[in-house]
Formats: sequence, C-alpha cells, structure tokens
Amino acid sequence: MATTGDQVATGRWEHFPHDADIGVRGYGASPGEACEQAALAMMAAIVDPATVRLKQEVDVDLEAPRLDLLLVDWLNALIYEMAERRMLFGAFEVKIDDNHLKGRAFGEAVSRARHAPAVEAKGATYTELAFVEDRPGLWRAQCVIDV
Amino acid sequence: MDLSRFERLSDTAWRIAPFGGMRVPAIVYATEDLMREMDDKVFDQVTNVAKLPGIVRASYAMPDAHWGYGFPIGGVAAFDADEGGVVSAGGVGFDVSCGVRTHLTHLTREQVVSVQQELADALFEHVPAGVGSEGEIALDEQAMNAMLLGGAQWAIERGFGRAEDLERIEERGCASGADPAAVSEHARKRQRREMGTLGSGNHYLEVQEVAEIFDAKTAAAYGLVKGECVVTIHCGSRGLGHQIGTEYLRDMVISAQEYGIELPDRELACAPIKSELGQKYLGAMRSAINCALANREIIGHLTRQVFARFFEHGELPLMFDVSHNTCKVERHAIDGETRQLFVHRKGATRAFGPDHEGLPEALRPYGQPVIIGGSMGAGSYVLAGMEASERQAFSSACHGAGRRMSRHAATRAWGGRKVVDDLRAQGIIIKSPSLRGVAEEAPGAYKDVRAVVDSAEAAGLARKVAFLKPLICVKG
Repeated sequence: MATTGDQVATGRWEHFPHDADIGVRGYGASPGEACEQAALAMMAAIVDPATVRLKQEVDVDLEAPRLDLLLVDWLNALIYEMAERRMLFGAFEVKIDDNHLKGRAFGEAVSRARHAPAVEAKGATYTELAFVEDRPGLWRAQCVIDV
Repeated sequence: MDLSRFERLSDTAWRIAPFGGMRVPAIVYATEDLMREMDDKVFDQVTNVAKLPGIVRASYAMPDAHWGYGFPIGGVAAFDADEGGVVSAGGVGFDVSCGVRTHLTHLTREQVVSVQQELADALFEHVPAGVGSEGEIALDEQAMNAMLLGGAQWAIERGFGRAEDLERIEERGCASGADPAAVSEHARKRQRREMGTLGSGNHYLEVQEVAEIFDAKTAAAYGLVKGECVVTIHCGSRGLGHQIGTEYLRDMVISAQEYGIELPDRELACAPIKSELGQKYLGAMRSAINCALANREIIGHLTRQVFARFFEHGELPLMFDVSHNTCKVERHAIDGETRQLFVHRKGATRAFGPDHEGLPEALRPYGQPVIIGGSMGAGSYVLAGMEASERQAFSSACHGAGRRMSRHAATRAWGGRKVVDDLRAQGIIIKSPSLRGVAEEAPGAYKDVRAVVDSAEAAGLARKVAFLKPLICVKG
C-alpha cells in the first residue's frame, strides 16, 4: 500500500506546474505502483494525505484500450468516488494486468473542519499525459488535473 | 511568448499565418506586455485549434489567455456543421457553463459595511461552499430530468428565484436542445446533492462596491450606481458537468480515428457535429448548461434570503448571468453571408454588441453585460459588448484576469492566514473553509485584471463600464 511520498526510490510522487491547475506525477517499480503514487499526488493537491484516516475501502475495476488511458480512467474513477461518497483517500493499492486495473482506495468521509480541502478535483485530463517505463523498473504516470 | 512568430496587426492584435496543418490563421488579442507574459503553450494550443475540421475564419485567443487543455483558456473557435465541423468536449471543458452573475443590491457601501462581518458570516453559513459541502435540494429522477431540461426556469418554478430574472440570463435561463437521456447515471449521481453549491478553487461569491464608473449611460442602464453594492457569483455545473466532460472527452479521444479526425492534441477530442456522438454530446452539454443556470439561480436565491435578514429591501434584482465555458449555436456574418455556427468559448465570454437580437430590450441599445472576475483583492469589471467584437472574434471577450503563477508557487509565496489578514486590512473579509485554498487564490497569483480589460477594450472586444471592489469574498 502506498502511503507516503518517498518510501523507496521508485515509490514517490511530485507535482509539476500548470498555469491554472496542477500536474500530478507518480513513479513506481511497476505500473501499479506508479498509479498508486499518481493517485497520492492527486490527493495531495486537495488535502494532506497524512491527515486522512484509512477507515473505509473502495474498490475500482477498470479496463481501457491503452495503458495511458487506464491512468486517466483510474484518476477519474477516484474523483467520481470522492464526489459521490463525499470521501477523501489517503492510500491506494493497484494491480495492472495488460489493460486491466484492479484498485483499492482507503480513506474516510470528508471533514471540512479537519481536512480543510484546498480544491475539488473536477477531472483528470489528457494534457501532459504519460504512462511509460523510463528505464527498466522505473515507471512514470502523469497528467494534469483540472481543479 | 516569442513575438517573432506573430504578424502584428495592431497594438492589440497578433496573427499567426497558417502552417503545419492549420486550416485558418490564429489571432491573439492582447497588448505587447500581456503577449510577452503569456505562456508559449498558448501559441501551441491556439494553432492546434486552427487544425480542427470545419473551423471558420480563425482560431482566437483573448487577452487573458493561458495554458489550458487542448484549447487555451481564453480560446474562441466557431465550426460549421455543413463543412464537416466538429464539437469538442475539450473545447468546452470540464466545468460546462461555468459563469458569472451579478445581482444589484441598491444598498450603499455604508449600509453593507455596517453589518459587514455578520453578513459575511451569514453568507458563508447559508451558501454551501467547498469540498464535501451539500445543498439542501435533493433531486429524484423526475426532478433531475426536469432540471436538466428547464435550467433556471425550473429553479424559478420550484420557488428558487424570481421570474423577472429570466430576461437577464442568456437564452432566458434555458438552453434548448438538452437531452437528459444523454446524461449518464454517474453524472446524475454526482449531482444529486450539489444543487445550490458554490464549489471550490476559483469559484466565489463576492459582495462588491461599485467603485468606479467608466460609461455613465451604460452603467445607468445596467443599474450600476457608484457607491452602491452588488453581489457577484462565480460557479458552474458542479459534479454533473465535470462528469459529462470526463465521459465525453474519453469517448471522443477513442472514436476520433473512427471519424477520420487527426487530433493534434488528445485534449482537443471532438466529433463531427453531424455524428451520433457529436449530437449526443451536444444534448448532454446543453443539459449541463441548464444545470449551471439552475445552480446559479439557486445560489442567487440563497443570497437573497441572507440579505433579507439584514435589509428591508432584499430583492437583489439580477443585472446579468453569463457563462464562459460553452458551445452555442449562433448566427454570424461570414463574408457577407449569415451562417449558423457552433461557437466554442473556453474561458471566454459572449459579448453581443448593441442592437443584437439576442439581448433583452432594456439592454439592447447598450450591448451585453460582460462580467470579468478578478482576484479577491484586485476587484472585477463590468464591460459591455461592442459592435466591433462581432468582426473581431464572433462577439467574444475575456473572462478573468488569468493566472500568472501556479497554485504550488502561490502556496510557497504566501500563507493563507497572511492573505486573509492583509485583505482584512484593506477592508475585505475573506470566508473560506481552507487557508491553503486562499493562498492558492492569492491576489498576487493572478495577472493584472486592469491590463486585461484595457487590452480587451483597445482590441474592440468589449468596453469598460464599471469597476467593482470586493468587500466580502466567500470562497469554496
């Protein structure tokens, strides 16, 4: 389960600048781990993920015709679940086989007082989208989130 | 931006001749200073839009243009269905029909300042704002469909607004051609508890003082009086619009090849207007426009309820409600011939000039009100559409100041508490559930809104009518 920004050399996330919104980037030893880290980067644009208690689980099951579309679908599925369930997430587990993603998000109901979310994610975009293996064992998953 | 790539047409108009697959030229309206400040991505995006099938005359960018998704924010482009023209989910964006409305209060600054803190607290308490907030109006399936078809008209029929508001909303508060059947179950679920909510990010509700009048006749016609206060609301179609944008963008990315469309950028995902997907998107997008119009009407109603607690005459007549993320069917003159076009405005405001048939009679001699939201410290402007804007950019103008700094950079530059304290020292009360959100929206993170509106006026897009200075800002 990915819960922090820099656990291991590959398992980390960062933001990159976009004029109006925010770029999210996750690195991992596998495509699944890169997706976990990209999701953490998205959450960190909204709230400090460390403040989110891991009390509930939400499962996500997705298929897409291409790997990079799977990343956008994954982030958009999380945005939908957050909006529909009024939740925030603080940790993720993802497994990817071919173009099939099985993911689990851990979190709790949003508390405006305790979490004080800075922004609402509207959607994951195809802008600056990349889901690639930069070198053997280092996957990078990134795109811009409209907030 | 590197200005050597442009042909300078005037002090405020810059042309890029077609190259590399562009079907039409691209034109950016801005002063040299604003041009130099713009991101190079604006060049890429405004030229990419010019490559889309069926584009008419030119791809335009407004003075507040900045790096967006596919289209630049501040982008305008029109397409002809009979020439293979497209409709683009990326050209409308995720927050379908995001827009601004301004209510008149006819209260003086002194009256508002005498209860400023209590009024700010009451507005923050009564108008749901921020992530996780919920509206009090729950929609069942039947009510959801009625809302998606009826827009602000639906809200008013349900008692959340006043019938006379409709004349002051684009298309009298209801986009025709909405197709609720094209709106997914996910989009509906996302909206169930979001009617009458402000959202977050750059969305806001402000009480503002009319601090300066530039065009006395037009200001009088709009009801703007120096020293009186107005309320301006900036928000959009909430979760429903976001979900529609997400779903149709994906469908259009995947099916572009099938339609023989080569996308210079996937975010420009589009479908021919005369295709099943194009028609379905138009039906869903118009439903989202109605959702946004209903949402702003409800927030206007909630605002009226709060003002009625403090002041005897809390009617708050609506000056105007205008959207800036849309695709609309309009008639425009092209080479002497009137054609029906699908005009995309992404972070750009429609700005009909005087005598336009689409304006209510009372406003027709003066042109359409164009509301330009600035940052919470710098203030906002009311402009009026100009006749020249029809020729310049299909009657369009800017929509805001435009960011000059990323959110991340803003939080490194300012702390939210200091922003709140500094603005309070200037007489502006900020109410927000998130200090980090305030820091991200700090006045210094935005371009100089005065330079943007001066640029729009000099370019003949819209003329200045009034400047509005904030007294209270409720942010999500």
